[in-house]
Amino acid sequence: MRLLTDIRPDADFSASRDFLKDGMLDSFDLVALVSGLDSRFGIAIPGVEIVPENFGSLDAIEALVRRQLARR
Amino acid sequence: MNLVFEAGRITGNLVVLPETEQRFEDDMVNFDFPRERSLKLKEVMGYDRHRIAGERTCVSDLAGFGLRTLAERGLLDVASLDALIVVTQTPDYWIPPTSCVLHGALGLREDALCLDITQGCAGFIVGLMEALQWLRQPHIRKVALVTADVLSRRISPKDRNSYPLTGDAAAITLVERAEPGVQVHGCLKFDGKRSAALQIPAGGCRLPSSPETALLQDCGDHNLRALDHLRMDGTAVFNFVMNDVPPMIEALLAAAGRTRDDIDYFLFHQPNRFMLRKLAERLQVPYERVPDWVTGTWGNSNSVTIPAALAGTLGAGAQTNRYTVCFAGFGVGLTWGGLVMPLERLAFNDVVDYREP
Repeated sequence: MRLLTDIRPDADFSASRDFLKDGMLDSFDLVALVSGLDSRFGIAIPGVEIVPENFGSLDAIEALVRRQLARR
Repeated sequence: MNLVFEAGRITGNLVVLPETEQRFEDDMVNFDFPRERSLKLKEVMGYDRHRIAGERTCVSDLAGFGLRTLAERGLLDVASLDALIVVTQTPDYWIPPTSCVLHGALGLREDALCLDITQGCAGFIVGLMEALQWLRQPHIRKVALVTADVLSRRISPKDRNSYPLTGDAAAITLVERAEPGVQVHGCLKFDGKRSAALQIPAGGCRLPSSPETALLQDCGDHNLRALDHLRMDGTAVFNFVMNDVPPMIEALLAAAGRTRDDIDYFLFHQPNRFMLRKLAERLQVPYERVPDWVTGTWGNSNSVTIPAALAGTLGAGAQTNRYTVCFAGFGVGLTWGGLVMPLERLAFNDVVDYREP
């Protein structure tokens, strides 16, 4: 969540059920988020995983990170 | 489609950059985004500086300067050119072709062939393939491939997604008849169904430019663009690059009988650092062999980025060393393609600044 609020300090993520549909993250915010997750968790999220369904909610983001951690 | 060429090789490469440099921090005042968000983007995408041509500078000015520079340095006798190919999406005029403008300005022979190709990010690949095809003709021994664009003219300065990464430039790449036995493998693909992913809606015959098409509008993402400006569906383009480009490169390497380790450098089109690093990861190639610095230093100059990466990464080393490189371009069209070829003993591989008159 801290990564998200670093990228969009003006957005209330807790009030959203879908960050992208609610306009809280645009494609360039996704780039910043992926870069932050890569360096924070020491992973390299594949480009093909950078799709809206993996970034719509905290659960989806967490599942994505867990998949990448499991692949290490 | 897989293609094989046997007739030519690159013998020289010169990049021309307008001397005016803009910095991302200066661009930021035009964006409707908080400063912190823009700075974060700068860090991730590798934005820093980009070269912008003066308001009156056209493609033929940049390219003509490059060709004259080569002549003055004794590196090119323009009378020896058998063909001139110009790849651009920002021609001097609708009519005539920019290659003909240059032909006249340089005083080329009447039997020196001229061709304009309307292509963008993959334009260097398409133009180089055309040059290699022409070199199969018995009377064509030397082709000047010009890639050039002043695309900043068609990007809104209030578009944070596109303006800070855009650069203007030209490159002159000489392609000459090779000794028998030099084989170059290529691959070229198109998907016109996705052509709207990168589009300038107005200015052509479909929607001529008018006062209405020049009006800036908020496209719903805090970026202000007019219909006369480039519109890029960033998500669609990113997905295209991640899904379609790696299989093309893998198939190209297989067709060429090469592995990733045989390639010294993957000299790709330069959309931004983030995308190139994700591409390198997908291809399992170290970042060092996939140069990604061009957009942050000179800007993304459309079809010029590959010769720019060649000049700026290998520099004079290409005059003495031998490399096997994989070129790849991907974008407008949508078009994606690549070439695997040897590079050795280039007569020049340099960069020059263009001074506005």
